Amino acid sequence: MERIFLAILALTASTFSGAAEEIAPTAVVYVDGGVETSLTGTAGDPAMGREIVGNKSLGNCVACHEVTDLADVPFHGEIGPMLDGAGDRWTEAELRGIVANAKIMFEDSMMPSFYKTEGFIRPGNAYTGEAADDTFGPLLTAQQIEDVVAYLATLKE
Amino acid sequence: MKIWTGAVLASALAAVPLSAEPVEDTLILNEDITLVTRTAAPDHLSDVMDEVISGWHFRGTETRAMQADDFDNPGMIFVEQAEEVWNTVDGSEGKSCASCHEGPESMAGVRPVYPKYNEAAGEVRTLEMQINDCRENRMGAETWKYTGGDMVNMTALLASVSRGMPVNVAIDGPAQSTWEAGKELYYTRTGQLELACSNCHEDNYGNMIRADHLSQGQINGFPVYRLKNTKLNAAHARFKGCIRDTRAETYSPGSPEFIALELYVASRGNGLSVEGPSIRN
Ligand code: HEC
Ligand code: HEC
Repeated sequence: MERIFLAILALTASTFSGAAEEIAPTAVVYVDGGVETSLTGTAGDPAMGREIVGNKSLGNCVACHEVTDLADVPFHGEIGPMLDGAGDRWTEAELRGIVANAKIMFEDSMMPSFYKTEGFIRPGNAYTGEAADDTFGPLLTAQQIEDVVAYLATLKE
Repeated sequence: MKIWTGAVLASALAAVPLSAEPVEDTLILNEDITLVTRTAAPDHLSDVMDEVISGWHFRGTETRAMQADDFDNPGMIFVEQAEEVWNTVDGSEGKSCASCHEGPESMAGVRPVYPKYNEAAGEVRTLEMQINDCRENRMGAETWKYTGGDMVNMTALLASVSRGMPVNVAIDGPAQSTWEAGKELYYTRTGQLELACSNCHEDNYGNMIRADHLSQGQINGFPVYRLKNTKLNAAHARFKGCIRDTRAETYSPGSPEFIALELYVASRGNGLSVEGPSIRN
């Protein structure tokens, strides 16, 4: 049993061999607000990204942005620009930078930083109102960021 | 009769306003008093906004109508309960509120100036603090929980007798340092979402955030009866909810931070009529 488990692990590792190691939130390099390198080395899945952008308990991007492609999801906000055509307006690197930490591309932006773990004032434990504990992590995982970027890249006019 | 009305009204909750602009409308209470629900911003705000607008303008047609008539306003049931408590003797001194103050109408003009600096105590006091001071030191009665039912009902009674009077809290003199502390909190971007009160209620009022139509976050209508939880809600409970929604560690109702924040937020509504208890979704 344990052997099988180990074998599966080995297989998984080999599938990803050659792929870059995941870049930690504190190690992301921003150039002009964009991030060149994939955070995981694994291509993002646009279908997953679509789910994350629309889902209230994931990215909840539609809280602030309208996206015509997500018309099936009720109630889109009007805080940020409409995301239709984002894939034309921005390169993949720029989209990665905007989603990971929009405040570098847009100074003082209201948009939350989805791949950041430091520098918060009174960080909480999700929506409990309690202080953050040691489970505190970025709003989205590295792979979720890649998935969102892959989805945004499909939003062409 | 009133309970029945409440049930019918709760079903109006589903009607979410979809228009983005604050609605053009006039709030006439009981076909009698016209309330000031939009007015020129107080001087201390004039560099950031021209006009201050009551949350009433951001709610749907049915919700707005409900607040215009005391028989339709479910918040008035709690006001009636508080009237009874007003006259009820409690504590070691054998006194009720009425023993010292006569009728609740004698309190007209009190709500609009709170939070207020108390000379003897050397501190800025909210209405809740003053109520508990009377209970403890004049009645010899137990203090009420800051946002508990008895307390919020009593603040609704005190607001109701001041409806139509302009909010007019003092922000200078001995209150100034507390006001400054509140202002600091208002503009501090808290929590993992790094959002300040100002991001939502100053920069984006009128806009939708998901299904919610953002107002200016004024407190002239507090306490508010929410169709969502069918009870009266205190301003500090609302502050707590809004901060929680930034994925932050909140402050507690009645804390020095929330007292300061209340004074500051109240001052942003100086000039608007007291409306409490008002109705929100
Ligand atoms: C609380 C509000 C808020 C949330 C939540 C939010 N954004 Fe934004 N976003 C903004 C604002 C405001 C801007 C405009 C930039 C600025 O601040 O000037 C923006 C800009 C953008 C842009 C550039 C827009 C363009 O087309 O020029 C993209 C792309 C974007 N956001 C994607 C996302 C994604 C993806 C998510 C979720 C993972 C998200 N946003 C969540 C507020 C938000
Ligand atoms: C992420 C957005 C957001 C932030 C940040 C925020 N609020 Fe709110 N607030 C809301 C929403 C949504 C509502 C409900 C709709 C409305 O009245 O604006 C609301 C309602 C209110 C109300 C009730 C207004 C009424 O008329 O019933 C008050 C008061 C308030 N907020 C104060 C604050 C204060 C003070 C802060 C900062 C400590 C704050 N809010 C931060 C989103 C926010």
